[in-house]
Amino acid sequence: MQRELRFQREADPEWARQVSERPGCEGLYSCLQCGACSGTCPLSIYMDFTPRRIVALVREGFRQDALRSRTIWLCASCYSCAVHCPRQIHITDLMYSLKREAMQTHLYPARLPIPVLAQEFHKMVGRRGRSSEFWLVLRMALRTNPLVLLGMARAGWDLIRTGRLSLRRERIRDIRSLYPATPRETA
Amino acid sequence: MMSGAYGYFPGCSLKGTGVAYEESLLALFRALHLGLAELEDWNCCGATSYMSIDERDAFSLSARNLTMTQKAGHRDLIAPCSACYLALRKTQDYLERYPKIAGGNGSLTSIRAVRVRHPLEVLYTDVGVERIRKTVARHWHGGRVACYYGCQTVRPYSEVDRDHDPVRMDELLGAAEIPTVDYSLKTKCCGGSLTGTTHDVGVRLVYILLKEAARKGAEAIVTVCPLCQYNLDAYQSEIRRSSGERLDMPVLYFTQVLGWALGAEIESLGLARAISGRKRIAQWFQPAEKEAYV
Amino acid sequence: MSERETVRIGVYVCHCGTNIAATVDVKSLAEYAGLLPNVVLSRDYKYMCSDPGQDLIRQDIRDRQLNRIVVASCSPHLHEHTFRTALKVGGLNPFYFHMVNIREQASWVHENRAQATRKAKNLVSAAVQRVAFHQPLERGRVAIQPDVLIVGGGIAGIHAALTLANAGKHVFLVEREATIGGHMARFDKTFPTLDCAACILTPKMSAVRAHPNITLWTYSEVTKVDGYVGNYKVTVLRQPRYVDEDLCSGCLECIEACVYKQAKVPDDFNLGLSKRRPIYIPFPQAVPQVPVVDPETCIQFKSGKCKTTCIAACGDRHAINLRMEPKEERIEVGTVILATGFQTFDAHRVPYYGYGKYPNVYTALEVERLVNASGPTAGEVVLRDGRRPEAVGIVHCVGSRDENTHRWCSRVCCMYSLKLAHLIKEHTGAEIFNFYIDMRTPGKGFEEFYQKLLTERVHFIRGRVAEVTDWALDPTEEGKLVIRVEDTLAGFVRRIPVDMVVLATGLEPRTDAPEVRRLFNISCASEGFFLERHPKLAPVNTFTDGIFLAGCCQGPKDIPDTVAQAGAAAAEALALIDAGYLETEPNTAHVEEEKCCGCKTCISMCPYHAVAFVDEIHKSRVNEVLCKGCGTCVAACPSGAIRQNLFEDDEIFAEIEGVFSNA
Repeated sequence: MQRELRFQREADPEWARQVSERPGCEGLYSCLQCGACSGTCPLSIYMDFTPRRIVALVREGFRQDALRSRTIWLCASCYSCAVHCPRQIHITDLMYSLKREAMQTHLYPARLPIPVLAQEFHKMVGRRGRSSEFWLVLRMALRTNPLVLLGMARAGWDLIRTGRLSLRRERIRDIRSLYPATPRETA
Repeated sequence: MMSGAYGYFPGCSLKGTGVAYEESLLALFRALHLGLAELEDWNCCGATSYMSIDERDAFSLSARNLTMTQKAGHRDLIAPCSACYLALRKTQDYLERYPKIAGGNGSLTSIRAVRVRHPLEVLYTDVGVERIRKTVARHWHGGRVACYYGCQTVRPYSEVDRDHDPVRMDELLGAAEIPTVDYSLKTKCCGGSLTGTTHDVGVRLVYILLKEAARKGAEAIVTVCPLCQYNLDAYQSEIRRSSGERLDMPVLYFTQVLGWALGAEIESLGLARAISGRKRIAQWFQPAEKEAYV
Repeated sequence: MSERETVRIGVYVCHCGTNIAATVDVKSLAEYAGLLPNVVLSRDYKYMCSDPGQDLIRQDIRDRQLNRIVVASCSPHLHEHTFRTALKVGGLNPFYFHMVNIREQASWVHENRAQATRKAKNLVSAAVQRVAFHQPLERGRVAIQPDVLIVGGGIAGIHAALTLANAGKHVFLVEREATIGGHMARFDKTFPTLDCAACILTPKMSAVRAHPNITLWTYSEVTKVDGYVGNYKVTVLRQPRYVDEDLCSGCLECIEACVYKQAKVPDDFNLGLSKRRPIYIPFPQAVPQVPVVDPETCIQFKSGKCKTTCIAACGDRHAINLRMEPKEERIEVGTVILATGFQTFDAHRVPYYGYGKYPNVYTALEVERLVNASGPTAGEVVLRDGRRPEAVGIVHCVGSRDENTHRWCSRVCCMYSLKLAHLIKEHTGAEIFNFYIDMRTPGKGFEEFYQKLLTERVHFIRGRVAEVTDWALDPTEEGKLVIRVEDTLAGFVRRIPVDMVVLATGLEPRTDAPEVRRLFNISCASEGFFLERHPKLAPVNTFTDGIFLAGCCQGPKDIPDTVAQAGAAAAEALALIDAGYLETEPNTAHVEEEKCCGCKTCISMCPYHAVAFVDEIHKSRVNEVLCKGCGTCVAACPSGAIRQNLFEDDEIFAEIEGVFSNA
């Protein structure tokens, strides 16, 4: 028997308020739920919750639903939503902030390549100051599903023969100046 | 106007999959006698991935690049890759608007003295449509093209071009006698890195873009972003297999077509790096002596 | 010179229920006030504005021979008048009164009781020191000229004009277009009854024409307004129609006879959807029923070489006069009603909807003309290529409820979108989709109308349309306009191909509203609509006495509300006219002529043009009726020659000392 009923004890309005205070998320409470964002988002049809629904969930404090969703990872940061929103809500910034929170609390869907790619990217650039596309994709595939490398073989070969696939591991000289030199807590 | 060279931020992509962009950009600027000085020891801009991990780290990356630009004495920093452009531009804006991002770190400040620019806008504003018209050295005899602007050059900031129905690339190409089509999807997202992570979704978005361009009568797509170029270029054989449609469309950088029209050395335009549409490219980009078009 | 009389002040501290008493210690405040100089008695009371409260004042004036009153309570905007009247009834000059606002300025802005009370004490001290210097003042009276000027001949102006004319007043109705009728003349049917707009409007238009008390000037504009409330001197510029209204019989044969056999000029009344000739009448029931010649397109004007068949067709009446000149009329009126209406939002400003790019995207007003039997397509709803639409999308909230264009809700669009859905369906049988965010149907019969549309099986999709595009994903979408929208209620994103898109554009202030405002010296709010004196209690008055508002120039509204407001404005004007006079506030400035050196600084400073230069004596003089008591000239005068009642130097300095006395 399937049942969906939400009790108020599951809602965390304090979390919602805290989200609305993050940079870029100020417009959270102004949302009309008009759906223009979902209507224009090219990825909305692949998401488990459309962008409009994410805002509705966040506003009411349903933290788990929002952070565990595939939606936030499928967001390609194209900013169409933000530009169409009649309340000028920076939905893209909201998505980023939810991504970060999902990362920090390990709530993202396991084996979803997108957050893994982001983590590898962060590690690589943090160490070397530049990214190498080949090594990045390789590491991501090894951590999630190595079989995808087979599917990418053709594209990989095309890149190699046109001289567009560099196997070099780039790095900058002054790596220590990459981040400002003060003790930071994780944001 | 400008004296001296523009600061140039290639970004990781232009040294890898987008190397043809760098090649043609340098060739075009040479043809227009404009200077480009690559930023010493530049670091990755963080693209969209960094913002998913740590906000302050993300802005720190761009802050370092902007600080170095300022120290090098450049007023402008040209970032051809859309993601790099937006990362730098957004950093300037957000560090100013939301000081708390810096978390009390005084060295993380907005650097407004540097103007973050995109080569499309530089060509439109600093060079201008008229000068392009007058500098045409080769007359286009290729087909009609669809100008594809992508997202991050026109959203959320509209300094490069307006968000809905941008026309600057169309106008520049038009001045170089290259006919464009009315492409309704010119600012629809290509999926970015999704082709690498969520392949089916990414490829579907690419298919939509290619199909609509063809439906509108375009025989090639011209882009401003290396990731868009890669996405549209690298998966056409797969799309042919799965959709049964006959697609073999060249995906070129606007710097390549403009560079050709303005007389740059053909070998320096990176045309051999194309994956799709190679036959058409070979036909269209012949040297001046062989042209039949009057 | 003020006489040296013994000042006896009564201070009254109001609790205002708990509004003041909860934060300010009213008892200790009253005690404190009782010890101030010249204070004979000091009370605190629950509600000073009530009858017993006012009685207290009246009793005390009599019993204790008080000659100055201070009330510490709410804002003077609310009850200054009440208390001044109480003084008057008690036998004291009303201007021996001063009011202290310890509610908005102390109680409501503090959480700390001690701090609130201390501020209240300072304010009361200031008032007590000040009021000792108050002088008796008298209100002036201005006679009200009985004629009325109504600017704008839409339904608002028409209704107000008829109401006033029926009451026996003479009305000048000035309308910029060649005909009265306004936007309503363009509508087909009106919601929710589906009454034909022209059928209910034209009788009123004819009544205006026929009424002996109405002077109707169309094709005319107000260019200058001088004078002051009760005595406005207005200049009206009458543009030449090149056809004499008195001689014309309205046969319209001149239009038929025009050398242009094919109409070529875009017809403004039909929003460019059809063409007209250079000599034309805006629409068949135009009032006055007199053609207009457009000098920009008439051959005779451009080259002088026309056969002028129009003049020949007019024959013995000789009504056409191509040498007509603009004419200035000067009138004197006592009151003005502004009914200048609205304009529709320019749909080009939302490029995502494709207006101007895709030929089959229309605005709602254009569709009103299409469905209208006397419109450009004789009531046929056809696309620009002549096809009948099989599917129509109506997009709500275009240019409304949107930070990117206009924030406000335009109030009428949901209802007219329902109406257009019904009419289009009736005319074509097409499948109709309304895309809305909220359905706003509050008026009488409105919700029932929505129910009716639901049963007519019009699709109602709750989702704001993001884009209208020609991007086709499959053959069924080829050649159509595709609307991609999230159906928020059903819970998924949809692609809906339609043949025709109708944009429900909102209402906005007219582009020239700022000029009209400046002519009549009235204010507007941040969105640009003319500002009413109070949003709840004075919707037709402005802050300028004698000038009233009616209709959409004050804010978007439908026809029932417009007519109601027009009636209200007429009533307000009547009240003023029948009273015969207006009382003016005495807090005006005046020039002490011995001190005036004739430098004229004050004249250029006055925002109300209330100061004039009297050449004979080489001095400035303030017109007390125009003066609003802003104090600018008083401060600016280099000789200190200008004084202001109720803001004399000694009063102000006393107040300043009083404020610091407790610091």
